[in-house]
Amino acid sequence: MFLILFYSLAAVILSATVLAVTRRNLVHAVLYLVLSFFGSAMLLYLFGAPFLAAMEIIIYAGAVMVLFLFVIMMIDLSHLPEVLFPVSQLIPALVIVGAYTAAGALMLAGDPVAGRRLSPAAVAPGTFGEYVMTHHWLPVEVVSLLLLVVLLGALHLGRPRPDNDSGGEPERG
Amino acid sequence: MEVSFAHALMLAGILFLVGLFTVSSRRNLIMMLLGLEIMLNAVSLIFVAAALRWRQIEGQAISLFVLAVAAAEVSLGLAFIIAIHRRSGSVDPGQLGKLK
Repeated sequence: MFLILFYSLAAVILSATVLAVTRRNLVHAVLYLVLSFFGSAMLLYLFGAPFLAAMEIIIYAGAVMVLFLFVIMMIDLSHLPEVLFPVSQLIPALVIVGAYTAAGALMLAGDPVAGRRLSPAAVAPGTFGEYVMTHHWLPVEVVSLLLLVVLLGALHLGRPRPDNDSGGEPERG
Repeated sequence: MEVSFAHALMLAGILFLVGLFTVSSRRNLIMMLLGLEIMLNAVSLIFVAAALRWRQIEGQAISLFVLAVAAAEVSLGLAFIIAIHRRSGSVDPGQLGKLK
């Protein structure tokens, strides 16, 4: 059961991601990526991290991708259509990716450390939360500071500027 | 028959390489940011798989912070993209040097 689920989820995740990166339409790409993140969340649940699976759906598919959709729909990208996969960029990227895939496959073939079978286990969210809050309380505080910094940065970057009309009230005729 | 850890490693590795391919071959800043997100997702996947293989919660805790940092970074990246688009009218990284 674990086997069937793992391979089918792997197929879904990989195909959805490859489809996402080859779309010309950005909204389609984001939606395929949402599908891929749902597959990743199911895979995280399979690997015994139900809290992380829920967090991935809430944060990644729910907040980050929606933010992407907002930005894509806000910016008008129809003037200059993107040159899709120019050959001068495509060939080096494919060569590098192929070389790394081959190197990874060679490294993993017959490796005793990596060849160990995974047996299913799960961490209850309460246990996980207790672990994080006791052993990693400092990174939690640092992450909250990071979010404050990001908030300030986003506010500063999005502030209304005197030479454009975004962020202001609608003009009265 | 059971799944070997090497297969989970290969899945996350290929996912990471797909993200790397996206960043290096798409001429659109939003797609490059999407590739970054794919890479970070692959990293959190492999940390959780390693936590399962070695039976420690540590990998899942690391993955939680990777998730938080990814969310923070993408919001700031999108704010940057909006500012760039306002300033120069395009999100093509090749054009950004010319439209000064």
